[in-house]
Amino acid sequence: MDIHEYQAKEILAEFGVPVPRGGIAFTPEQAAFRARDLGDQRCVVKAQVHSGGRGEAGGVKLCETPDDVREFAKGLLGTSLVTKQTDANGKRIDRLWIEEATPIDRELYLGFVLDRTSQRIMIVASGHGGMEIEDLAEEDPDRLIRMIIDPAVGLAEYQARELAFRLGLKGSQIGQMITVLRACYRAYRDLDAMMVEINPLVVCRDGSLVALDAKMSFDRNALFRRPQVGALRDPGQEDPRESYAADHGLAYVGLDGDIGCIINGAGLAMASMDMIQLAGGEPANFLDIGGGASPERVCQAFRTVLSDPNISVILVNIFAGINRCDWIANGVIQAYKEVGIDIPVVVRLSGTNVEAGRKLIKESGLPIISADSLADAAAAAVTAQPQSIAAE
Amino acid sequence: MAIVIDETTRVVVQGLSGRIGQFHAEEMIEYGTNVVAGVTPGKGGSTVLNRPVFDTVGEAVAETGAEASLLFVPPAAAADAMMEAADAGIRTAVCVTDGIPAQDMMRVKRFLRRFPRDQKMRLIGPNCAGIISPGKGFMGIMPPHIYTPGRVGIVGRSGTLGYEAASQMQALGIGVSSSVGIGGDPVNGSSFRDILELFEADPDTDAVIMIGEIGGPQEAEAAAFVRDHMAKPVAAYIAGLAAPKGRQMGHAGAIISAFGESAQEKVALLSCCGIEVAPNPSAMGDTVARILNPTRNAA
Repeated sequence: MDIHEYQAKEILAEFGVPVPRGGIAFTPEQAAFRARDLGDQRCVVKAQVHSGGRGEAGGVKLCETPDDVREFAKGLLGTSLVTKQTDANGKRIDRLWIEEATPIDRELYLGFVLDRTSQRIMIVASGHGGMEIEDLAEEDPDRLIRMIIDPAVGLAEYQARELAFRLGLKGSQIGQMITVLRACYRAYRDLDAMMVEINPLVVCRDGSLVALDAKMSFDRNALFRRPQVGALRDPGQEDPRESYAADHGLAYVGLDGDIGCIINGAGLAMASMDMIQLAGGEPANFLDIGGGASPERVCQAFRTVLSDPNISVILVNIFAGINRCDWIANGVIQAYKEVGIDIPVVVRLSGTNVEAGRKLIKESGLPIISADSLADAAAAAVTAQPQSIAAE
Repeated sequence: MAIVIDETTRVVVQGLSGRIGQFHAEEMIEYGTNVVAGVTPGKGGSTVLNRPVFDTVGEAVAETGAEASLLFVPPAAAADAMMEAADAGIRTAVCVTDGIPAQDMMRVKRFLRRFPRDQKMRLIGPNCAGIISPGKGFMGIMPPHIYTPGRVGIVGRSGTLGYEAASQMQALGIGVSSSVGIGGDPVNGSSFRDILELFEADPDTDAVIMIGEIGGPQEAEAAAFVRDHMAKPVAAYIAGLAAPKGRQMGHAGAIISAFGESAQEKVALLSCCGIEVAPNPSAMGDTVARILNPTRNAA
């Protein structure tokens, strides 16, 4: 789960990371007020959207006066910001962060991530901040500093010290860096984060360290014990279909194609998408209905998939282990009644209670296309597309 | 012989008293699995499915000689239950639970390192379908009838995609020695490499199919192991050729976030290491047939 920059800064500040003074604004007037509040100085206006690359996309500006701030805010609020990380629709800007301008001497990169190789928290740091970490890793991987943290011990002081020295910090900056590292680690650990990134972490002209940008994302599996983190969720930044699906226990990812997918199991869902592509079609989504799916959950899956206007066919592919084919079949039949389906539906059932499931489908009298294997199901879904759409 | 479990393995079910635990334990017993006990804190002294239920894993081990544990424990308590099993002397634990916080799993893995190598518990999962040795026994949630006893090992992250492979093999008359689900989480117990090592040493396994997906380094690590240390032929399929970068595809670990984590890159790497990669998920069975009998198919 992602949060906004200003929320990450507030969290990190609580743990002891120095951040620039600033305030949040939902209107141009508020933005101007925040600028005046910061005193007689230049300030930076930053669009708050869940995406990187905001500066290049025109979402960040250094302003001289509160009037400049108001004008820039007017132009941004209510629009969508398209960055290189978003899709063509971009992300809606409904809030801005106004902060004091920081005189920069050096920019560093600092990140805490889950390292998949050691399966531990890893610090990634670089003396070249401001660039995307992917670019840093590509350009000069050897100059990235990586350190693994032992979960039984936590971040050791010597590791923090070594990192500060390797980044070329001097004098009081060493102690400041140790403070920043420990604060980030504690925030990561105590709030079940999956990523903490400060890019750039700047050395100011007066020698102090400040987090100029901040990004945090959190482990969805741990939200049950982190209600304060869950409260920071901003549904306005999510795909509404993904929000609806998540609220109903479905894993859904919207894609660009037109064949809607309702599958059980993440691996089989990915494999079905692969098979659709191979058969000459394009999947409209990834959707895993999970284990033990009730007819109601199958109905919700249909609602989710059908809310995508591009859909021309739906493929239901179930290999039931913990699921039951008869429940799935009942769910499909119920969806016809409750949701209203006017496009072709291909159903492939396998596994637990498959005979009962197939019988239900057959005797329903509904125009459901049955398939026996994964390959048949994908081919049938592509063939079932209306010709006008398939020809495009 | 099969790996990890056979008909003699004494299995305890943590969470036996729950609805899901009981449902699957019943299937396991019907199949012939040697389920000896259950553990549910606070339900000690009761009986479920004619098996004694204990308050702690330690008691279950002392009273019944349980050596393997299957966990149906909710996400918030699962990590603790795994550590309890390890401390009680359980040799193999299989955790089905989905949704365990990643940092809980980091702690579990650190905890397991306390034990000397010959006493360390083998953890399979979490977020997995479990393990089956067809005709002998199983620990997990898979539909057992889709597996024919035989001599090919299956190891995969996804449960349902593993079923797909097993049923394609069954249709071709190819049987399975053991099938292991390692789960879809970023911090998991056994890796592909760990399970391949067991299959390589198992005299009843002739070949292996590995079913991977996007995200993480474990397929690459396994490929190097196959190249350097395996004599048996290995087939593979990698799910997610159609998956976009940077989006999590259901499994917490199924996300392309670094170089080498896409399906295309993994397929290329596996092929380089001498692994026969199925071109699509419908060809998993055919690919296994080909590695079992390369001459016939080459003709």
